[in-house]
Amino acid sequence: MTTTVTAGSRRAEAWRGFAGTRWRDRIDVRDFIQANYTPYEGDSAFLVGPTERTLTVWRKVSAHFPEERRKGIFDVDPSNPSTITSHRPGFIDRDRELIVGLQTDAPLRRAIMPNGGLRMVESSLKAYGYQADPFVTRVFGTYRKTHNDGVFDAYTPEMRAARKAGIITGLPDAYGRGRIIGDYRRVALYGTDWLIESKRAERALLDARPSSPDVIRDREELAEQIRALGELAEMAASYGCDVSRPAATAHEAVQWLYLGFLAAVKEQNGAAMSLGRTSTFLDVYVQRDLEEGLIDETRAQELIDDFVIKLRIVRFLRTPEYDALFSGDPTWVTESIGGIGGDGRTLVTRTSYRFLQTLYNLGPAPEPNLTVLWSPGLPSGFKEFCAQVSIDTSAVQYESDELMRPRTGDDTAIACCVSAMTVGRQMQFFGARVNLAKALLYAINGGRDEVTGEQIAPEAPPLTSEYLEYGELSAAYDRMLDWLAATYVNTLNVIHYMHDKYAYERIEMALHNHPVYRYMACGIAGLSVAADSLSAAKHARVKVIRDDTGLAVDYETEGEFPAYGNNDDRVDSIAVDLVKSFMSKVSRHPTYRNAEHTQSVLTITSNVVYGKHTGNTPDGRRAGEPFAPGANPMNGRDRHGVAASALSVAKLPYEEARDGISLTTTITPEGLGHNPAERPGHLVGILDAYMASGGFHMNVNVLDRATLEDAMEHPEKYPELTIRVSGYAVNFVRLTREQQLDVISRTFHGSL
Amino acid sequence: MNTTTKPVTGRIHSWDLSTGVDGPGTRFVLFVNGCPLRCLYCANPDTWHMRDGREATVDEVVAEIEKYRSFINTAGGGVTLTGGEPLLQPAFTASVLRRCKEAGLHTALDTSGFLGARATDELLADTDLVLLDIKSFDVRAYRKLTGGELAPTLNFATRLDRLGSRMWIRYVLVPGWTDAPEAVDGLARFLAGLGNVDRVEVLPFHKLGAAKYDALGLPFPLRDTPSPGPELVRRVREQFRERGLTAF
Repeated sequence: MTTTVTAGSRRAEAWRGFAGTRWRDRIDVRDFIQANYTPYEGDSAFLVGPTERTLTVWRKVSAHFPEERRKGIFDVDPSNPSTITSHRPGFIDRDRELIVGLQTDAPLRRAIMPNGGLRMVESSLKAYGYQADPFVTRVFGTYRKTHNDGVFDAYTPEMRAARKAGIITGLPDAYGRGRIIGDYRRVALYGTDWLIESKRAERALLDARPSSPDVIRDREELAEQIRALGELAEMAASYGCDVSRPAATAHEAVQWLYLGFLAAVKEQNGAAMSLGRTSTFLDVYVQRDLEEGLIDETRAQELIDDFVIKLRIVRFLRTPEYDALFSGDPTWVTESIGGIGGDGRTLVTRTSYRFLQTLYNLGPAPEPNLTVLWSPGLPSGFKEFCAQVSIDTSAVQYESDELMRPRTGDDTAIACCVSAMTVGRQMQFFGARVNLAKALLYAINGGRDEVTGEQIAPEAPPLTSEYLEYGELSAAYDRMLDWLAATYVNTLNVIHYMHDKYAYERIEMALHNHPVYRYMACGIAGLSVAADSLSAAKHARVKVIRDDTGLAVDYETEGEFPAYGNNDDRVDSIAVDLVKSFMSKVSRHPTYRNAEHTQSVLTITSNVVYGKHTGNTPDGRRAGEPFAPGANPMNGRDRHGVAASALSVAKLPYEEARDGISLTTTITPEGLGHNPAERPGHLVGILDAYMASGGFHMNVNVLDRATLEDAMEHPEKYPELTIRVSGYAVNFVRLTREQQLDVISRTFHGSL
Repeated sequence: MNTTTKPVTGRIHSWDLSTGVDGPGTRFVLFVNGCPLRCLYCANPDTWHMRDGREATVDEVVAEIEKYRSFINTAGGGVTLTGGEPLLQPAFTASVLRRCKEAGLHTALDTSGFLGARATDELLADTDLVLLDIKSFDVRAYRKLTGGELAPTLNFATRLDRLGSRMWIRYVLVPGWTDAPEAVDGLARFLAGLGNVDRVEVLPFHKLGAAKYDALGLPFPLRDTPSPGPELVRRVREQFRERGLTAF
């Protein structure tokens, strides 16, 4: 049979029993899912525990985690710049692994990716005690320009100053921008032969177009995409997998999909390398195999467990400075689970449960970043199970399916933490964020930095009155934000131009339609500090303390002022106005490749670094103190419990922050009720009510402070302790000490 | 709206939203000021005196509650009046409960029952659930622990049973004060004889209120009393369960 098999008959075998037509003659994974998936409305009783095989594989690799934690990295290959095909196959336990494929030739061995920037590679290696390879230095220092080089060639002095002062930071100008989700499901459903064929067809459509710069770039990119798909097939073949054809079983579907993702993480060290929305897609194959009697529930769970083991050990080489910004070695392998389809059927399947079950079978862990697309309309059994998993592991985040579905459809996945995208059709240019609190201080100081005294923004008259006058302050702030928005968008344009040019995501973009829809994902940090500071100026009296150069360096507040986080419109409306106003300001500036402007209210863990670089603020926050993460109220200022705090955040309009609004909530177990059996129901109620009130995202931690304090003192006792920070989860013991203290200082909603 | 000329006001301490600890679900919890008892373990000494509270009209309180009505209705929950002792201000309490009922919210009243006689049948008709704190079942211990008498609380419990009002019993477990097996069992037998007890909550004594005593310059009498260990908590819960009660 082997020689006579045609592509058509292999496809027929792979697609046996599948329904639907549209997806058969064009790439349309969503249509395939809708035509074939089996919604599951039942409870978690069908789930099974881990097999001995699974545990053996997991123990074998996780045994190295303590050493990795101690040293910072376990191992690195400093000599072979990573590409899809750069490394020989690697295994954890060749005989036992069901799903194969590693980023390099050994587990936890990190790769270098100098396309982003050579200095980043060299300083990372040095930080962990490795020598840079002279060959790599020569190639990327002499013959091959990097993304980082390109960006700094095109930055203006003003952009450099804004970046250095920390009013715009976290910019992906020295590392991979990430936040692009390849539709890895396509590899399983269609195989690379067909994907290449369809990319050729897309490219052919450009042949008749005049060779404008845009068209030339598109042609070159499509050629790279086609090449990358070929490399994917080659890499897969080295593992004995023929991904040129569609997957024919559940085992192959998981494997093919993973190999597509693996190609991406071999080629790119993007800040967030998200997986997409795969569980319900995979369930179609699992369900077929179960019905055909090819596998049982134990094997189905094993496939997912093994897949998740691989996702848990994705590693990138980062500098310690990067780690201070995005702490805990995160990769944001975000998997979006659940949600509701356009026809009203739930998209929850048994495999949605199986993904969450890995947190029990393998123990809690921060990656993959399991994200439930929540709707009050989800099946109640699933909601209760999610809540129970949150209570047991603190490893799940929730995002409003109700807000996303009308905008990005029912095949939306989250990139990174809170960024919604239609899988395979939309991508974003990640833009990190600006510091709104610092901008307020610049407004007071006429554009001078409150820490260094340097003139960063264009010189403007500083405020000179003894007490802050609200009208005057908000007018000056508005002008400062005009400048900031312009500088910001122009900086992002430089970065993404150069990233496309020098570090293009070939395989990820090969798994998108052409042309792709692009977002320019701006972001703001320090929202609660800015809102509370304005509230202080408006509702109390704020005396300005200036140094002998006239620089405002401190503030004395007389009287009370309402603080954001208490469901009090007097200040919540200030936060809402800031979000709207900054969105409208960034929207005025044209973007690279005509991307649609969006913004997020998200900090990841950079709230600590932002705070460190920001002076005293009029809300009473001291210089250097961390900001609240994301859209959170300032620590300890939300005094009326989780519902009040959440309702303040829910007022921020998603329409004006479509890249996501992040709320991280920590509740003590007792804070969800005296009776443990009732806690999941209570948490479901809070999530339903928050989302019904317009809330977008909630990280849920169920923890008490004493546990975290003990974990700081005795990290060896808590290797698995996972907590949600802004938009992702981390191993608590892998956070820097500063980050740990920040987490502990946050509001714990409990009961007295 | 009734047409009284002077709006009903109360002395309140604060409000909060909590989940699963002040009655079922997520609840708006109103703390009122003023309490006739002086429980040695009291965690809220700042609510003892009415004069320390802020004067608030019923309208004001209801307007605040209104901001959470839809959240509470979706999450499942309601409104709980606690304190202090809400029955020290029966007119205010009755009026808030009435207005919450009119707004379709589930209502709970957290009380020691010491002033149960001040609760009218109408007030109780507007109360979906009474959280009755029985501090001790030993008359002498009760007096020593609270400065008040036990009998009014037991009379109130019996009256609630007669009216068919649902009750959750709250029992603060303090080592050396409320852990005597005979007293616990006595209470368990009494409660088992009532038909309206939905659950008994055994609340382990904690010292989180100690800082408030320091701030008020008051001695905290139980500063050296330990919190009960898990074994003791389990034993006491089991004692209630042995009498057929649901205990947490």
